[in-house]
Amino acid sequence: MAQMPIELILARHWASYMAIPIWIYGPDGTLVFYNESAEALLARSFDEEGEINADELAELFDTTSLDGEPLEADELPIVRALAERVPAHLGLRIKRSDGKWLAIEATAFPIEGQGGRHLGAMSTFWEMSPP
Amino acid sequence: MVTLLGTRGSVGRAGPDTVRYGGDTSSISVLGSQGTWLVLDAGSGLLHLSPWVPPEVERIDILLTHLHMDHIQGLGFFPPLRDPDIETHIWGPASTTQRLQERLSRYLSPPLFPVRLRDLQNLSVHDVATDTFTIGEFEISSDLICHPGPTLGFRVVEDGKSLAYLPDHEPALGSIGLPGDPRWTSGFDLLNGADIAIHDAQYTPEEYDERRGWGHSTVEHAVALATQAGVGRLVTFHHDPEHSDDEIDRMLAAVDHGSLAVMPGQAGLELRL
Repeated sequence: MAQMPIELILARHWASYMAIPIWIYGPDGTLVFYNESAEALLARSFDEEGEINADELAELFDTTSLDGEPLEADELPIVRALAERVPAHLGLRIKRSDGKWLAIEATAFPIEGQGGRHLGAMSTFWEMSPP
Repeated sequence: MVTLLGTRGSVGRAGPDTVRYGGDTSSISVLGSQGTWLVLDAGSGLLHLSPWVPPEVERIDILLTHLHMDHIQGLGFFPPLRDPDIETHIWGPASTTQRLQERLSRYLSPPLFPVRLRDLQNLSVHDVATDTFTIGEFEISSDLICHPGPTLGFRVVEDGKSLAYLPDHEPALGSIGLPGDPRWTSGFDLLNGADIAIHDAQYTPEEYDERRGWGHSTVEHAVALATQAGVGRLVTFHHDPEHSDDEIDRMLAAVDHGSLAVMPGQAGLELRL
């Protein structure tokens, strides 16, 4: 497989030092890296599992709006960042691998490299404080 | 024919203790079998090329890895750039907001330099990022590599023989261990299977610990990466201006390079692809 672009290599390096969950996606929606903080939500170790393609990823999580209504895929921040190449933010509910629902804020933004290259997107999220 | 014109990094240093490997900054001449002439970087070493440019030369292509001064300071003193009978092309990285022409003009204009880039008559400037292009008999690939600011490495191929040129490169910064997963290692594709690799090896391990993130490698890093990439011969490059020739010898002698052929970059050294 071809080498990753330098922007993603450095993003991964940076993410590996972050205490906040970071997911890094390639331009086709493949989750190419997630850091240790994100492993807690996925219940998967990146070192053991490696990359997760977009179809498999869609099967892993159930998501709803904060009031429990179903969400269309194209409403998700990461989908918007990848498809529309815009930053996006949304509060939503996500079902963790152990079945527990979490209310989270999710932010995603596209990774645009030198020379106008669309290289993917990056996403972070954090659990919302109880009201 | 590949000729090393300048091998020093950061700033030139002339003196009795840099005579063997050279005190001029980065520049390489690559002359193809059909007469196509490439120059890789335009540090002060470029001035050594001027006497060797024959009057019948019609075109020279200068490929810049990046615009730090030690890679461009020879441009203003290279006579072919001022010769309207020689077609000159400069290829190099744009930034996210400025084209290469604008970026170069910041140096080639007053008060830093008396002649303006736009006054050079037969010059074309090309933005390059991650590209593949042809110049004469050469197939050239460029890729962005780990060094502060937009920085390219080049792979130059003629008749299946390849030269990888990564003079300023810090693959250890972005890698989880070195050698690590090639897919996540800066510069790997440029180096992969290259017959000759000219690669940054500026620091000792102790210096690297103090200068992490400055964009350079140790000899150990260069050897590890070249070995993993199956390079034929590694030429260490971008010698630190604080290192004497003897220190460069000691740095190479201290590293176990296994079966990899390693030699220090030396001004005047000629290599055949």
